[in-house]
Amino acid sequence: MSHAPFGRRELTVTGIDELGAYRVLRAADDGPHPEPGQFAMLAAVERWGAGEDDRPYVLRAFSVARRRDGESHFLIEDVGPGTRRLCELRAGDRLWALGPLGRGFVAPSDGRRALLVGGGVGIAPLAILQDTLQGEGAAGATVLLGFRDGTRAEGAALLSGARVATDDGSVGHRGFVTELLAAELDEDPHAVVYACGPAGMLEGVRALCERRDVPAQLALEAGMACGFGACFGCVVPKRGGGYLRVCVDGPVVDAAELERVDEHAGAPA
Amino acid sequence: MSVELCGLQLAHPIINGSGTFDAIAARRAFGERLREEFPFAAYVSKTITLAPRAGNPPPRLWEAAAGLVNSIGLPNKGLDGYIAEDLPQLAELGIGAGANAGEGVVPLITNVMGASADEISALLEACDEQAQIAAIELNVSCPNVATGLDIGADPRQLEQVLGAVRGRTRKPLIVKLTPNTADVAACALAAEHGGADAVSLINTLRAMALAPRTGGAGGNAARWLGGGTGGLSGPAIRAVALAQVAAVAARVAIPVIGMGGVQNASHARDLLDVGASVVAVGTESFRDPATGSTIARELASGGAEGRRSTQPA
Repeated sequence: MSHAPFGRRELTVTGIDELGAYRVLRAADDGPHPEPGQFAMLAAVERWGAGEDDRPYVLRAFSVARRRDGESHFLIEDVGPGTRRLCELRAGDRLWALGPLGRGFVAPSDGRRALLVGGGVGIAPLAILQDTLQGEGAAGATVLLGFRDGTRAEGAALLSGARVATDDGSVGHRGFVTELLAAELDEDPHAVVYACGPAGMLEGVRALCERRDVPAQLALEAGMACGFGACFGCVVPKRGGGYLRVCVDGPVVDAAELERVDEHAGAPA
Repeated sequence: MSVELCGLQLAHPIINGSGTFDAIAARRAFGERLREEFPFAAYVSKTITLAPRAGNPPPRLWEAAAGLVNSIGLPNKGLDGYIAEDLPQLAELGIGAGANAGEGVVPLITNVMGASADEISALLEACDEQAQIAAIELNVSCPNVATGLDIGADPRQLEQVLGAVRGRTRKPLIVKLTPNTADVAACALAAEHGGADAVSLINTLRAMALAPRTGGAGGNAARWLGGGTGGLSGPAIRAVALAQVAAVAARVAIPVIGMGGVQNASHARDLLDVGASVVAVGTESFRDPATGSTIARELASGGAEGRRSTQPA
């Protein structure tokens, strides 16, 4: 696991690219190289606040989507005053970043193939995971992505060779990405599943993998104020009672650690 | 800029508010450099209770205007777990013990909470036996099982409870006052009469938030936080903190630890100017864990002098 420098760092935005319903925010970053699945807390240096309801206030958590050529990439969907402000950033603007934080994905073992399953803006950490698996010369990972509609499905371009499902059938398979996953596991169950997406999708992946005895690693999301274990705000119930802190015990957890994936507690957006 | 607090020597006047910095978790995030760059002159633990607590069901956070409402529910391992598991890990960070040559120990202030004089007595006695603990902070924002009223919300009750427990420890006792009371200065005075060596304030202001409306007109008052209500912190409460710290400092002779919405050295200087001896940083550490060091550095260099702004401007 890569440790974060102590204290937030000021990065310079190098660009922001439109990707369907999403934006890819890029910033020059000479900090530690993140492991796939790790995240950073982000805020605009200028005008962070005074948006809708006089927010945002705390930084916002984003998976690192890619680290390449001295840049960190983050995938952002405008769903609230914080994400909106980040979407407004332009090249040259300044960005606060604290990270890389949290526990990332663990590489596949015993010859299992990697199945990457993503939903919506949650596809982000799977991009850097795919980069890393390819860099290690592993056999090409199978990538299955689900989106609500065609505009969001344009996000699939973040990864290579993705098979896509959309709720409305406008692109690829009409239905859920978990249906694509079930078909893949029918064909070859000797796999490890890496998943990130909305809670409903993650719960579908978790239940399917449990039934078929396939190991799965789930990247979770939760409302979070700090990202480093201080606020105790980002908890999810763990199997056997008690809670996990998504920021330091995750965001990637072994599916076996959870009884189920609950509808997450509304991250400040 | 070193200061003395109840016999504790602090390298600078900035500490953390209880429950706003978990040194053990921070080491997992930042690694061993946390020890070298530790931002606080003393480390205040999360609230420890006799029995372990899982904390409140999520959601636990609500972002407010310039602040945060939290309803965490004081999750902790309980007294035995704290002593057996946390104290050794804190020593590895040089907190309360385990200093390397040429390095100072960061004094450990253990925050405890109990629902009766008996519970508080047991906590104080156990802490008293731990050489690693330099001082004890008593969280009195807890309903008294006997009266149902928060122990710290009523001066007479507070003085009575403190009178019953004060003799259980020879260590300095800091009372963390609750702001959710009619007269916080009267409560501070009661704490002093009850034997407190210092008071700290302000704790969070009771607050709540409603779940997003899901259509239909009115009538839906579902609460957002799993705990029902929570506490407001952050810049939103800074002016309230200044007023309460000033009122308390004017009334008591014991040292005052001031906190509430401090984001920079100017805000810390304001609390010192109205009579605080030490300032705690809380919610701002969530936005930058190094805030404590930044403020201490600026205070030491005199950077906050004369920076109080004129308003409206």
